[in-house]
Amino acid sequence: MTERRKLLERTLRVGVFLGALVPLARILVHALTGGLGTNPIEELLHRTGWWALAFLMLTLSVTPARQLTGWGALIKLRRMLGLYAFFYASLHFGIYLGLDQFFAVEYILADITDRPYITVGFAALLILIPLAVTSTKGWIKRLGGKRWNRLHKLVYLAAALGVLHFLWLVKADMREPAIFGWILVTLLSYRLLAERLRQRKLRRAKRQGATAALDADPVPARTR
Amino acid sequence: MLIRRPLDIRESEVTEERLYLNRRQFIQRAATLGAGLGLAAAASPLISCGTDLDAAGDASAGRSAQQEKLTPYEDVTTYNNFYEFGTGKGDPAKHAHTLVTRPWTISVEGECNKPGVYDIDDILKRYPAEERIYRLRCVETWSMVIPWLGFPLADFITDLEPTSHAKFVEFTTLYDPGQMPGQRRPVLDWPYVEGLRMDEAMHPLTVLAVGLYGKTLPNQNGAPLRLVVPWKYGFKSIKSIVSMRFVREQPISTWMRAAPREYGFYSNVNPEVDHPRWSQKRERRIGELRRRPTQLFNGYAEQVAHLYAGMDLRRYF
Repeated sequence: MTERRKLLERTLRVGVFLGALVPLARILVHALTGGLGTNPIEELLHRTGWWALAFLMLTLSVTPARQLTGWGALIKLRRMLGLYAFFYASLHFGIYLGLDQFFAVEYILADITDRPYITVGFAALLILIPLAVTSTKGWIKRLGGKRWNRLHKLVYLAAALGVLHFLWLVKADMREPAIFGWILVTLLSYRLLAERLRQRKLRRAKRQGATAALDADPVPARTR
Repeated sequence: MLIRRPLDIRESEVTEERLYLNRRQFIQRAATLGAGLGLAAAASPLISCGTDLDAAGDASAGRSAQQEKLTPYEDVTTYNNFYEFGTGKGDPAKHAHTLVTRPWTISVEGECNKPGVYDIDDILKRYPAEERIYRLRCVETWSMVIPWLGFPLADFITDLEPTSHAKFVEFTTLYDPGQMPGQRRPVLDWPYVEGLRMDEAMHPLTVLAVGLYGKTLPNQNGAPLRLVVPWKYGFKSIKSIVSMRFVREQPISTWMRAAPREYGFYSNVNPEVDHPRWSQKRERRIGELRRRPTQLFNGYAEQVAHLYAGMDLRRYF
């Protein structure tokens, strides 16, 4: 790998790392200057929730982007983006617990059990916890690539529940959650399609392999 | 006939909000003192009619909307729902400048002896506005305390002479996507429609508001004329009204049409009847950090509970 390429990749990683902190910085600045508006707690909840979903979508975009551009180094952004999704989701939940509900346990428990949109949002956060914990190199080794991969497929479920959480809390204007929904559907469809193409290629390769074997047969049975 | 021109006297327009509030407090204290000194009669004309009604609510609510802190003008006018201008809470304040409120007429139709088209300025002249300080509880669980300027809907309805067939009143908001950009998307089934049972419409707490904080109603709050029904969730208080129809059958409101399982015709504030998706037990008063308990009929049970005597409020939500 050339030095220039290495520099480019490092710049990208640092850039994404810092860029992902910009929403947080904006939230903090607004919180300190009264820029969160008339209902600041609701605004905090909306913004952190929105960014948690956005980072989940970005995380899921890494693989397609890598495959489509052929730029393998992009994979190094995936863990970082995933951890940021978890970070904003945790902030979101923390604000709900502390500021919105003031740790009123009975209300929180009732919310989680009785309000489907909160149930699914909470489930999404719970799913993200083991994924965040096992995101280290050590854990990949410990679990083995195959098992680790299987575990981390749960991110699709978390993303779907996150979108549902948004969709179910909206009163009438479905536009924003619907956009998240379509992004998720697109990303998942890409994977299904890519997987199908891969399988087909594999089959073809196998068949071609067989043909090649035939060709190699000393008895010349075919013309080219 | 007494014809006052209420909006000519906009004292609070020349008074800073803080002073305005202090003055109110002063008047209240004076009234309390005055009552003891037998001067109540002298003091009471200074206080709006709403005071008496709210004072009556004290016994049931423990505190009246008057004693609760008014939500600042800035918040009342920049944070609200008026989907005709967008679904964000800040959208109405941002986009409502396109609404043209003059000339403006209200078309009165249906089961009454005086149907016709009524000009807003004639209405303003005929019905003197008085101040009503009411709690406003949004179905989304936030709430405010707002000093409205308005007149009892009952006064207007009485003059329209509804017939005995008039069981409900149906209200409609202006439909004009040119002025109301939110109507360009089918978020709701435009135009916005709301309704009240006749006895609810005639209740003395029900007002048609033309202002707030002593000023003409800002566009984003439903200018030039809106309904205020303080014991119901905010969406019942329809804004920028262009027609009123006296009907025999219960009207289907816009929100009932949008989600019949979630929004009923009555939509009375009730902490015991949850929205299917969220709890209505508590609310966040704008400006306060912690949620406070929501009161039955938004604290106006004393005045309005009899309207629903014997009704299953879970069924008629």
